[in-house]
Amino acid sequence: MNQAPEAQTRPPRLDRAPAKPANALIRGAKVIDPRSGVDGNHDLLIRGGEIAEIGAPGSLSAPDGAEVIEAEGLHAFPAFVDPHVHLRTPGREDEEDIDSGTRAAAAGGFCAIVAMPNTDPVVDDASVLRSLQERARAQARVPVGFTAAITRGQQGEDLTEMWELAEVGAAAFTDDGLPVRSAGVMRQALQYQRLAGRVLALHEEEPSLSRKGVMHEGVVSAGLGVAGIPSVSESTMVQRDCALARFEGGRIHIQHLSARESVEAVEAAKAQGVLVTCEASPHHLTLTDEAVRTLDTSFKMNPPLRTEDDRQALIEGLRSGVIDCVATDHAPHAREEKEEVFETAPMGVTGLETAFAALVTDLVLPGHLKLATLVERMTAGLEPLGLLVPTIAKGAPANICLADLRATWEVGDAGYESRSVNNAFAGRTLTGRVLVTVADGTVAYRERSFAIGVAR
Amino acid sequence: MKHLLSIEDVSREDIERLLARAESFAEVSGRTIKKVPALRGRTVVNLFYEASTRTSSSFELAAKRLSADVINVKSSGSSVEKGESLKDTIQTLSAYDPSAIVIRSPHAGAAAMIARWTPASVVNAGDGKHEHPTQALLDLYTLRRRIGTLEGVKLWIVGDVLHSRVARSNILAFTKMGCEVTVCGPPTLIPRGIDQLGCDVRFSLDGIEQADVIYALRMQRERMEGAFVPSLREYAACFQIDGRRLRPHQLLMHPGPVNRGVELSAEAIDSPQALITQQVESGVVVRMAVLFEVLSGGGADAPEGELASHPTRDREPDPAPMGGAA
Repeated sequence: MNQAPEAQTRPPRLDRAPAKPANALIRGAKVIDPRSGVDGNHDLLIRGGEIAEIGAPGSLSAPDGAEVIEAEGLHAFPAFVDPHVHLRTPGREDEEDIDSGTRAAAAGGFCAIVAMPNTDPVVDDASVLRSLQERARAQARVPVGFTAAITRGQQGEDLTEMWELAEVGAAAFTDDGLPVRSAGVMRQALQYQRLAGRVLALHEEEPSLSRKGVMHEGVVSAGLGVAGIPSVSESTMVQRDCALARFEGGRIHIQHLSARESVEAVEAAKAQGVLVTCEASPHHLTLTDEAVRTLDTSFKMNPPLRTEDDRQALIEGLRSGVIDCVATDHAPHAREEKEEVFETAPMGVTGLETAFAALVTDLVLPGHLKLATLVERMTAGLEPLGLLVPTIAKGAPANICLADLRATWEVGDAGYESRSVNNAFAGRTLTGRVLVTVADGTVAYRERSFAIGVAR
Repeated sequence: MKHLLSIEDVSREDIERLLARAESFAEVSGRTIKKVPALRGRTVVNLFYEASTRTSSSFELAAKRLSADVINVKSSGSSVEKGESLKDTIQTLSAYDPSAIVIRSPHAGAAAMIARWTPASVVNAGDGKHEHPTQALLDLYTLRRRIGTLEGVKLWIVGDVLHSRVARSNILAFTKMGCEVTVCGPPTLIPRGIDQLGCDVRFSLDGIEQADVIYALRMQRERMEGAFVPSLREYAACFQIDGRRLRPHQLLMHPGPVNRGVELSAEAIDSPQALITQQVESGVVVRMAVLFEVLSGGGADAPEGELASHPTRDREPDPAPMGGAA
């Protein structure tokens, strides 16, 4: 690792539609921000989109015209960020577009998201990237960044014009949905990172091991006679890419870990000083392949739901910090495509609107994960990309999620902001409802039933 | 029993009842006029998304012998070829108000899925590599007819277990009936975790002399493409059941169609221990029993009046005043 430092390209961009800066007083919420160390009941005053004051409950008064949010008994967190969503634009706007996808994000408490480039056409040249940024400036309710492909057309052969894409503001490079099959191409991408910068976000899967698999290979797949994807399909690629990143001194971010072996591989690589970060999804943290026994396509995604042992390893990784962040891998699909037999239905589930509540319900309330740790991991996802880390501190831009942790709701009951309905938690009653999301200084979401007064 | 979707969700009692019913229908099959009016006026749809000879023809024959009206729909030459989704096909066929839909699909879970979309009873005639419950039932029936009880019988299932719906249904069915099941085949064709279904696993024929019954699976030539076995020659050398490996005290079964010279030698197929043609024969009566069960079970669904015409008591079919298909 004796290379010259990375060259400086322009920083990654987040784009959003213009909106009025918030002026609001949040009264008496329990504020938890593990980064700034805040954990207690406070008033939060937002002025001109910035956090102007943090004071004892009842100590702050609202300036004329400011919204007053009575938040006693509610929680206020730094709003969440998601480094891994699919907005299906361009190409499948029937499944999601920038407007609906960012509305879903806001409804889930997210103040910034990053979209994957596996669209039609693939985001593999600057013109596609620019047009997406332009559309985001017209439509996005929360700031959204766009990644570009590592290889042209995600074919795994020739590198994209990474320097130009970085200059235009690509948030990262990824062939997500597909692995970079060739070790040689992966090495070249890591070498080229010294010119273009940007982390390489990697979907880890060895195609010759996954073959035609559609679920985790194990006891459940053996009983169902459905082709399986073994855990080693993921973990061997994690090991390969950690070794390559170590050799080239490159930075990588492993997407959606699903297997114990992969967590162990990342842990070992981190111990060796490899510049690697990784994410886990809410569904892998809460569900297992037992859910697939019914062959319900709402449980079909890639990587697949694995065993309880794998799930425990992911939870432990999230707790210990081996897993840096939660990412939803929000993957909308048309209803008619999911209403197919399991083996032919597309992979992927939506997640933005249920991530927080699912993790609160299945991990925090049963005592497997501290609430503060969950907040930390749900706000850390853009750090590997060199983008914002939301925080509740005086003078910081207002990125706040106000949630009611006593509220229960049935998923799907009131519909979704997303255009698609393929949610793995559909029909489940979850605890924890996002009521208000302030993103980049503007109110991006307000739960329908939640009234807000205006100071006079 | 409203549907027959898998062996996994039927009990030993259900199986006993179905086998007993099949016995009673066997008597009908021995007559010159092999027909009873049990399902007269009811419609059975056979929906086959995969090539099939014995399963589709025996379901058709079974339905006709119960005097049901039968519609056969095959994927080739139908709206399926025009890109109609499974859901739309089922809703279309359901508009004809069939009593039962028999479905063969290349995909696991297809039968269970359509059971949610249609008011008709659904019978799984094979869903991908998942299950083939009527095959398992006819195998139980055939073997029980031959040897009386299945309790404690040692059954070896030999071959490509990974890609076999017959293997999965039979592991479950034979263990439910008290058999000791061993699966045996090349390690590349035995799925991880299959032992959790309640069987032993072997990777060679060593010890097969302990088996009472050898059940050979079809070794599909297309598996050669996936490099699951180096050659059919080597497969045959290691796993073919031939005259030397088939002991005189052992019985031999196979779901058909057989690859002569691959999983079985000609000598074994033609040996007196082979039950292969009896299996085919059993297919009709067992499928009659299944159709009768799903269409007569559950009270409100019972075909009024006609339940009385139990085949063992009804020596000759009714003259069919309503014009039952003949």
